[in-house]
Amino acid sequence: MTDYVLLDVLLLALLTITAVAAVAMRNLFASTVILSIYSFLMACVWSNMDSQDVALTEAAVGAGVSTILLLGTILLVGSREKPERAVHWPALLAVTAVGAALLYGTADMPRFGDPQSPANSSRVSKGYILQDVPKVADAAGHHTGPRSEGNYFHDHVPNMVTAVIVSYRAYDTMFETVVIFIAGLGLILFLRRRTS
Amino acid sequence: MKDQHILRVATKIMFPFILVFGLYVIFHGDFSPGGGFQGGCVIAAAFILYGLVYDAPAMRRILPRGVSDTLMCLGVLVYVAAGAWSLLSGYRFLDWAALSPADPGSGEPWGMGVVEYGVGLTVAMVMITLFNEVSG
Repeated sequence: MTDYVLLDVLLLALLTITAVAAVAMRNLFASTVILSIYSFLMACVWSNMDSQDVALTEAAVGAGVSTILLLGTILLVGSREKPERAVHWPALLAVTAVGAALLYGTADMPRFGDPQSPANSSRVSKGYILQDVPKVADAAGHHTGPRSEGNYFHDHVPNMVTAVIVSYRAYDTMFETVVIFIAGLGLILFLRRRTS
Repeated sequence: MKDQHILRVATKIMFPFILVFGLYVIFHGDFSPGGGFQGGCVIAAAFILYGLVYDAPAMRRILPRGVSDTLMCLGVLVYVAAGAWSLLSGYRFLDWAALSPADPGSGEPWGMGVVEYGVGLTVAMVMITLFNEVSG
């Protein structure tokens, strides 16, 4: 029982409370603020797990932009929830089933921080942690030769998350950007009013 | 929120600092947590804050729809152009060694800088478009 486990338990308990409060709250404005607190607590959980990049994303997107967008929506639709409180049984059943499946799935997860887990012991992630990743020589013959003669990059950027995202999986990131671009294109095509 | 003087003044003061922090998060992404997506969201948050406190039309006066649409496309183009540059100089697509052939490793921060700015531009402008079209 180390201190970060205690902190984790505290944060996860607060997360559960805020999640229940966000659903139970009748006022949508209060609900939005509680969702923002939920995202901020989630960012704390991520940074407690030493995954600072995910924590920053959660703080910027979850607590920042999505809260602002929900507030903008409330400006349009008003902050009162429709008074309909009957329990929706199929939805409750679906949520319970998915939750049970997720709990069953966590039984197979490796222990937190396990050095033998597949994510930590694969060749690629070891290479990125040691900043020692092979680069295949290209057809033009640049940086060829065995490992000791410069076939390996010894000076990847210090943040290994960025190194993986923008160098090792640069294609992936490119198409992610394209997906976001297409989402913006859809907004312009479907929602823009042609008044002015 | 047009009659809230404290909010209006605070927004005017905070606006450039939020922008600079967004640019820092984008540019410093290869040394510290951050990158194009997070920094783009911070930049978009600056504009959306301005739009909420003043007015969506007031925000569109400093960033017209035409500009945000153009920059949105430009972000993707910057990313693809960085890949095309390495392809045209005889390397693989998105191989950052093309940016400094003498020392292949040191091309990576340059390539990342360019690409992260592309991602950040697209993300920021899509978020602003989302604000414009959904709640403006």
